[in-house]
Amino acid sequence: MWVYEKKLQYPVKVTSCNPTLAKYLIEQYGGADGELAAALRYLNQRYTIPDKVIGLLTDIGTEEFAHLEMIATMIYKLTKDATPEQLKAAGIADHYVNHDSALFYHNAAGVPFTASYIAAKGDPIADLYEDIAAEEKARATYQWIINMSDDPDLNDSLRFLREREIIHSQRFREAVEILKEERDRKIFF
Amino acid sequence: MSSSNQKSYVPYHSPYDPCPPIGKKYYSTPPNLYMGFQPYNLPQYSPKEALQKGTLWPAFYDYYENPYERRR
Repeated sequence: MWVYEKKLQYPVKVTSCNPTLAKYLIEQYGGADGELAAALRYLNQRYTIPDKVIGLLTDIGTEEFAHLEMIATMIYKLTKDATPEQLKAAGIADHYVNHDSALFYHNAAGVPFTASYIAAKGDPIADLYEDIAAEEKARATYQWIINMSDDPDLNDSLRFLREREIIHSQRFREAVEILKEERDRKIFF
Repeated sequence: MSSSNQKSYVPYHSPYDPCPPIGKKYYSTPPNLYMGFQPYNLPQYSPKEALQKGTLWPAFYDYYENPYERRR
């Protein structure tokens, strides 16, 4: 069960009317290393992982939905007042003819979301290594988007999200260490 | 732990490559790669600053900027 707070995890502000940025951001919405894939991956793995790290997967999986909501807000703000001509110029005419300015779970190239983006091997180490890789890939994706974006306010929110990926990766790495055991002795190193 | 959060390398550029060389290629190596288990009692940001930065601990903070823009 979840408790919903009716606010974003971090403010989303967009300075410029630049629908092209929405085209890039959709990668983090419905892409293979996007926030939806992350949330579904972690929450699904919880059932077949040692008790010690279930809570971590719940926490991070939940936070990914908060990130998804931020991405959705960014895309919405970037496209809500755009005319069909502007969307065409931004290279998202194909999205428009199918969805108008509605959001949809597909990647920057228009490939629809698929469950094969996520894995659940049932092996705790394999699954956590996948999670670490997913966080690093999401971090890299944020970097590439920041490199393409010249909107300072949007980049500020993206930097926050990138920092969270770093922390998540750290926690998954620690989870691996916990499952490798000898934890008690390591504390005193 | 002190370590640089960005590394670079220079990809080979052939005289027959059509685009001018990009020079350095950059990649991030954020602090989480070096930390192992987070040590106890690390210094913390104030709650307000932590919410703004995305982490409670300066040891994990890694500001990112487009490295290719900075060069120009």
